[in-house]
Amino acid sequence: MSRRPFIRKMRRSWWLRRRRTLFYMMRELTSLFIGLYSALLALGLVQLARGSQAWDSFIALITSRGGVIFQLLCFAFALFHSVTWFAVTPKAVPLSAPAKAVIGAHYAVWAVISVVVLLLAGRFVDGSIQ
Amino acid sequence: MVRSNKPILWLPFAAGGLVSALIIPVLIAITGVLLPLGLIHLPYAKLVATVHNPIVKVVFFGVIALSAWHAAHRMRTAAHDLGLGGGIFVKTICYGSAILVIFAATIALLLL
Amino acid sequence: MSDTVLLSITRYDPEKHSEPVFQSYTVPYHEDWVVLDALNYIKDNLDGTLTFRWSCHMAVCGSCGMMINGEPKLSCNAFLRDYQDKTIKVEPLDGFPIERDVVVVIDSFMVKLASVKPYLIAKEERALSEGEYLQTPAQLAVFKHYTQCINCLLCYAACPQTKLNEDFIGPAALALAHRYNLDTRDGGKKARAETVTSNEGIWECTFVGACSQVCPKHVDPAAAIQQTKISASVDWFKSLLQGNRS
Repeated sequence: MSRRPFIRKMRRSWWLRRRRTLFYMMRELTSLFIGLYSALLALGLVQLARGSQAWDSFIALITSRGGVIFQLLCFAFALFHSVTWFAVTPKAVPLSAPAKAVIGAHYAVWAVISVVVLLLAGRFVDGSIQ
Repeated sequence: MVRSNKPILWLPFAAGGLVSALIIPVLIAITGVLLPLGLIHLPYAKLVATVHNPIVKVVFFGVIALSAWHAAHRMRTAAHDLGLGGGIFVKTICYGSAILVIFAATIALLLL
Repeated sequence: MSDTVLLSITRYDPEKHSEPVFQSYTVPYHEDWVVLDALNYIKDNLDGTLTFRWSCHMAVCGSCGMMINGEPKLSCNAFLRDYQDKTIKVEPLDGFPIERDVVVVIDSFMVKLASVKPYLIAKEERALSEGEYLQTPAQLAVFKHYTQCINCLLCYAACPQTKLNEDFIGPAALALAHRYNLDTRDGGKKARAETVTSNEGIWECTFVGACSQVCPKHVDPAAAIQQTKISASVDWFKSLLQGNRS
């Protein structure tokens, strides 16, 4: 009897076909928006360095309707990134700590950092506080 | 021994994943929600004074550089997953964009 | 609840078919039957030419892996009652060439498995008179779950990277390398590193995580690979600081 093993080709749409792989691709896509927002931050620093007029145009950009919509999109994907990143961190640490504790610790640090940044932004940069 | 040099790409990617997960959301909340709503202000003079601080510069650099690198590395593997190839073209666009962003931020921070 | 179940099974006989086709069979429904029981019923009563691998019928031998409704499963572990009123689609394990019907060619895995040196490599020469290795339960607990792999290859079927890059060493082999690297009796981490930390090793993994989700023995290869990425990066960094002495 002759052998003729049949090789199945992988479709380009492989990731669309199952919920698990679609979730994976969406998870990876979050990094695009992280990248785009980091570019926006870099642009902000560049405009800040160029002077108050350049800075005003940057503020106009990020408070414009398009700017806000873009940032809200980034916000949604950034949140998805945070949640999915924290969820898998227990895999990266050996069995030393229970998974829930590792994830909980990340959320706690996230909350603390967020509050600290908000307070700092409000205190040192807010124009209304002298 | 053929030692793969992947760690040089992977370590900043992993660090960037953690840093961006912890800090990017609150930054977007500031620039994309609070600022447009007028609940926070970012006046030029105060911001320049704040960024003058070398610690602030290091933090900004760290957040931007690591986040940009994280995105570049992940998008490059996503391109490979999507069948767009992982060749020199894709690598150049991905890592090249990150390097441009990091370069721009570095120059700005050095000038500020 | 009907008293029969419809199975649609891949048939492939290289002497008859140019490519795989589906063939449907109706089997009696039993509350306690698994898909493997249905396959055996078909072979015994309906179609003796149906070809499939199996052995223990209790999820320890790893022989009966196949795609059941698109999910990699052991056919002895897939209960008919969980697929009520649906046609059950039975296909060969994803990512491997089809030998015949739902039997796949696993030679590529055997090569990858051997390449990670999945055996204890002693740290130093040890005379019999020195006695046995002593290992505490705590030391065993660190790697015990990685020892449970039954080489069923469900993880390879679930992992998209094994199909996007056929040279990717893959979840089971890398998990087994990690098992030995963590074993206190072993000193072979460097010997395995050439394969494990090569471009075809851990670095092809993008942490989809599907491997750990489908593993019937809860080996968690995804965790093994991520931990190996970290330790490999640390080792790489250390060797860089030590001036490329490796």
